[in-house]
Amino acid sequence: MNHIMKTTGNKFKINNLQSRIISLFLYFLLIGFTLVVLYPILNVFSISLRPGDRLLSTSLKLIPDGASFHAYKVLFAQTPFLLWFWNSSLIAAAVTITGVALASTAGYAFSRFNFYGRKSAMVGLLVTQMFPPTMLLLPMYIMLLKLHLINSYLGVIVIYTSTALPFCVWQMKGYYDTIPFSLEESARIDGSTRWGAFRRIVLPLAAPALVITALFSFMTAWSEYIVAAQVLQDTSLFTLPLGLKQFEASMSTQWGLYAAGSLLVSVPAVALFLILSRWLISGLTLGSVKG
Amino acid sequence: MAGVRLSGVTKIYDGGVIAAKDVNIEVEDREFVVLVGPSGCGKTTVLRMIAGLEEITNGELYIGDQLMNDVPPKDRDIAMVFQNYALYPHMSVHDNMAFGLKLRNYPKPEIEERVTEAAEILGIRDYLSRKPKALSGGQRQRVALGRAIVRKPKVFLFDEPLSNLDAKMRVQMRAEISKLHKRLDATMIYVTHDQVEAMTMGDRIVVMKDGVVQQIGSPLELYNNPGNKFVAGFIGTPAMNFFEGRVKKEERLYFEGKEAELKIEIPAELEGKLPATAGKDVYLGLRPEHIVPEEESKGKLRSSCNLKVEISEPMGNEVFLYFQSGSNPIVARVTAAINPKPGTELKMYFDTTHAHFFDKDKECAIA
Ligand SMILES: Nc1ncnc2c1ncn2[C@@H]1O[C@H](COP(=O)(O)OP(=O)(O)OP(=O)(O)O)[C@@H](O)[C@H]1O
Ligand SMILES: [Mg+2]
Repeated sequence: MNHIMKTTGNKFKINNLQSRIISLFLYFLLIGFTLVVLYPILNVFSISLRPGDRLLSTSLKLIPDGASFHAYKVLFAQTPFLLWFWNSSLIAAAVTITGVALASTAGYAFSRFNFYGRKSAMVGLLVTQMFPPTMLLLPMYIMLLKLHLINSYLGVIVIYTSTALPFCVWQMKGYYDTIPFSLEESARIDGSTRWGAFRRIVLPLAAPALVITALFSFMTAWSEYIVAAQVLQDTSLFTLPLGLKQFEASMSTQWGLYAAGSLLVSVPAVALFLILSRWLISGLTLGSVKG
Repeated sequence: MAGVRLSGVTKIYDGGVIAAKDVNIEVEDREFVVLVGPSGCGKTTVLRMIAGLEEITNGELYIGDQLMNDVPPKDRDIAMVFQNYALYPHMSVHDNMAFGLKLRNYPKPEIEERVTEAAEILGIRDYLSRKPKALSGGQRQRVALGRAIVRKPKVFLFDEPLSNLDAKMRVQMRAEISKLHKRLDATMIYVTHDQVEAMTMGDRIVVMKDGVVQQIGSPLELYNNPGNKFVAGFIGTPAMNFFEGRVKKEERLYFEGKEAELKIEIPAELEGKLPATAGKDVYLGLRPEHIVPEEESKGKLRSSCNLKVEISEPMGNEVFLYFQSGSNPIVARVTAAINPKPGTELKMYFDTTHAHFFDKDKECAIA
């Protein structure tokens, strides 16, 4: 008996040691990946602090000699950075709001109603995702031209929204499918209209899907370059990606400004993600039905 | 309060499934009516049509005196308890119950009063601030009931509300719903596939099969005078025994079993009700309690049969004995004093005064 106790004791110790080694290894791995991800960002940060416009440097210092926030000052004071920021925000906000409004309702229709052409419309949405975006550039450009939407916010908003929508609609539909029908029926008996049941019961429960839709729409608009470059020609309408590209000239690129701008561009995206991520929770419908 | 009347109601789903066919039910004000039948017989469909969740293909539905066919659910003044509870998972128990009242713009103090009262009745006061996911199945069921009763609707609809609970909980909730009915004095329509629930709770029972109403009546009426073979077999546990055979006439009427070597004299009381059945193929139905061993026959019963016990199921106060006679299974319900071992041969007497006869083809009752 004693003997057995002892061996299991040892075994336990060994297991403990093993799991420690494994977690140590995992931590090293995770730290490694983090560094891989962080290094370029730190590098960009370092460039933005460097005096002059030196892209390459032999120094490995994170804070370079003679570091200053000069580039940031110039960015705000002497370039239309804030205007571009405003343009981008406006466009991204419009795309996000339209995207969420359309995807949440269209997804609901696909999930709950049985109408003629439902299946083919779903497949149709999927098919649009199979073409590379650059291939759509020309036809889209021609359409915008005919609609007189070239060189306007609305032009890019329309294109971004329609690019983001198919994925968002599918995504919303898939999520609605997991929300039991009887919840809405119960709400309708309790006194809601169909719309009321959608707004009070289904939408709150679909929060995670709405967040994904919002983030996806936002990112589609926020970081897009190619379409914007074709559609927006007036510098005063430029979005951030277009604006940043201006710092790159054939002879002398203003690397400091470029780097500072890129870092600032990523701030809203990160912030939005952090804010919205608290709604990205699973198991919202838990406890509603027994099935 | 109001009654509910279905008149010639038919439901045909997309795809042609006829889930309810010419259903006529008249539920009186304050009555507790149970819809019962095997799975897929259309009970839920009928209930959902009353609730307004399913369109009525044909026929008319009245709640009170008002034609309801095209009235949306929210304006029907009904409450429904779903089989799966359908609680709003993002709301607390309190808000789940208050939801319908808020939508109807009740003043806050009244909402609080009603929610507290319902919580009191159902014993869920302590959980009011919890979310549904932090409740047990029984507690969720109570919340679902609470959500219905706070609204004080004209009509309550229940769709198998107890089927997700364990046996003990089910019996307890059954009694509670019955009490609730007395207390609220409301019209209730209750769907179940469990005939024990139907028998114990219903003022009247509607038996359905394949979308067709088979019989409507009080529990005892259905038990004692089933209108057809289906109702006879459905109501009562263990189910009624059926023997296929033929009515013959010698100096008196008697029933001759087709397979089982049965020859049962038809008692004088029934003779008058079985006119012109001589020579006809019929089913004879006999409830398990009317097949008794010698000790209980008290010498009054004459038709008997020697049967070998296959299984005996002691239930405490009584024993179910299962026999096999030819291809015909027979079950008898006897007092616990007799507990024969399987394999024992018993002489069982048939109390034919309680026999039911059904037409072989139409399966309708003839006596
Ligand atoms: N939405 C629907 N579309 C097509 N057919 C349906 C639909 N809902 C139910 N049915 C069919 O209608 C018939 C009756 O269904 P219903 O749900 O009313 O049965 P039920 O008596 O409630 O059964 P259970 O006891 O299993 O709940 C079944 O044959 C079912 O397959
Ligand atoms: Mg059902």
